[in-house]
Amino acid sequence: MSSTLHTTRPTQGAKFDAHRIRADFPVLAQRVNGKPLVYLDNAATSQKPQPVLDAVMAFYREYNANVHRGLHTLSTRATEAYENARAKAARFVNAAHADEIVFTRGTTESINLVAHAFGQSNLRPGDEVLVTTMEHHSNIVPWQLVCQATGATLKAAPIDDRGELMLDAFAELVTDRTRIVAVTHVSNALGTINPIAKIAALAHARGAMVLVDGAQAAPHLPIDVQALDADFYAFSGHKVFGPTGIGVLYGKADLLLAMPPYQGGGEMIRSVTFAKTTYKDPPARFEAGTPNIAGAIGLGASIDYVEAIGFDAIAAHERDLSAYAQEQLSAVPRLRLIGTAEHKAGVFSFVIEGAHAHDVTTILDAEGVAVRGGHHCAQPVMDRFGVPATSRASLAFYNTRADIDALVAAIAKVQQVFK
Amino acid sequence: MSDLSELYQDVIIDHSQHPRNFREIAGAQSAEGYNPLCGDRVKVYVAMEDDRVTDASFTGAACAICTASASMMTQAVRDKPRADVGSLFERFHDLLTQPHGEDEPEDETLGELASLGGVRRFPMRVKCATLPWHTLKAALNQQPEPVTTE
Repeated sequence: MSSTLHTTRPTQGAKFDAHRIRADFPVLAQRVNGKPLVYLDNAATSQKPQPVLDAVMAFYREYNANVHRGLHTLSTRATEAYENARAKAARFVNAAHADEIVFTRGTTESINLVAHAFGQSNLRPGDEVLVTTMEHHSNIVPWQLVCQATGATLKAAPIDDRGELMLDAFAELVTDRTRIVAVTHVSNALGTINPIAKIAALAHARGAMVLVDGAQAAPHLPIDVQALDADFYAFSGHKVFGPTGIGVLYGKADLLLAMPPYQGGGEMIRSVTFAKTTYKDPPARFEAGTPNIAGAIGLGASIDYVEAIGFDAIAAHERDLSAYAQEQLSAVPRLRLIGTAEHKAGVFSFVIEGAHAHDVTTILDAEGVAVRGGHHCAQPVMDRFGVPATSRASLAFYNTRADIDALVAAIAKVQQVFK
Repeated sequence: MSDLSELYQDVIIDHSQHPRNFREIAGAQSAEGYNPLCGDRVKVYVAMEDDRVTDASFTGAACAICTASASMMTQAVRDKPRADVGSLFERFHDLLTQPHGEDEPEDETLGELASLGGVRRFPMRVKCATLPWHTLKAALNQQPEPVTTE
């Protein structure tokens, strides 16, 4: 099959070499505002390596057809590639079966799918949904909506001054009324890595189901949904070096099977009459309409790419880089790091005394340094730390110490402007 | 002058670090402005007498561009008839959004506000500079809902 002809192996030797890796990412080799691009906004979205671009292009150039519908050659090839991507996603999170992988538009849609399909049919007045204060809005608002619709109550577990989940307080908030615990694996605003296995054990002991928002974890950590005992796990393709508009919802087979459809349409039905429609089994039940075929194939290629580098090498490089960034940023006067958890990913939120995050972002951009400034779709986190907004530098495996040096030099420019 | 140093001129930094009329006005008309994405938040107060602005002020927490714009605005609209405030806002808006030649002089009638002309090279920041003005307009119209420019 020709889709496998397009190599998805990164060009690297036995030893991890960030400079060689960078050569796989065409977008990184450019100047912005006359300066070399220093891309440190990976928590918003990651860049795409050539094998991902090639895989998407190959689909459209060579075997574009709809999936699961036609009997003709191109449709068969497209279907094989699409289902092959599902198998890769299953392997990526260590799902027991590929049928436990539902393709969605992204983490947000994955969470909305569970809130709607599982929440609507399982929540009753008096029931509780528990989240944490560090959640992204996409792991808060879908639960607010389903709570409003069902009469259930939304609760939020607190975090401490370092940005760590307060596990004792969390344990007390899990009660016999708790039906759903929805928690992020890695905080997008703080970088905190949550102890998911412990959280899941606490939730399961009370009979609650656990959904994990893995959007920020997938690019940094090996994910094992079985070891974590997550009931649902969501992540986005574009944050793991794949295309936008494709995401994954992992769900335990028995839970998915018991859930009603999320959207109605083609592809998700077994038979339709005006009297009665019956639905296919998961995952097809949750993939109404023509899916993002190219996106899924691109995601499959990005998973191959990441796995070929390997999370051991990625983690070692990011650990070194994070330690360096932590050390360099800590030495900057009048800079406060927000989020100093013991276990954290390469996310550095900071505020600079006398300079608003928006001005910081503008000045950094003029130096070619791309960071995010704002509330990071996590207003409860901003409220918790009493800041209107932060600047956030977030790392990927293609970043280097030189990127951190450029960041620190650009921050010095900010401080020259706002003396 | 680079785009960046034009954006962050000394006069703008001065107004952002030492905002003028940064206070409440008891009993005056007021309105709130909030840009949730960047976090800029201002409250603008305007005291009127016979359709004339006798005093204007603001409070809040915002970026340098928004704060400087609010600070200069409260100075510029003082003792102006309400109609003149509207036309001043129009000229200020043009300053931020209309194409402008490299050596073309800024609109002199804008006074210190003309220093914010550098914002036009940063389209993402126009919303910061205009937030206080839209909020002022809401205060003049006694509009209860918060204003946003995002």
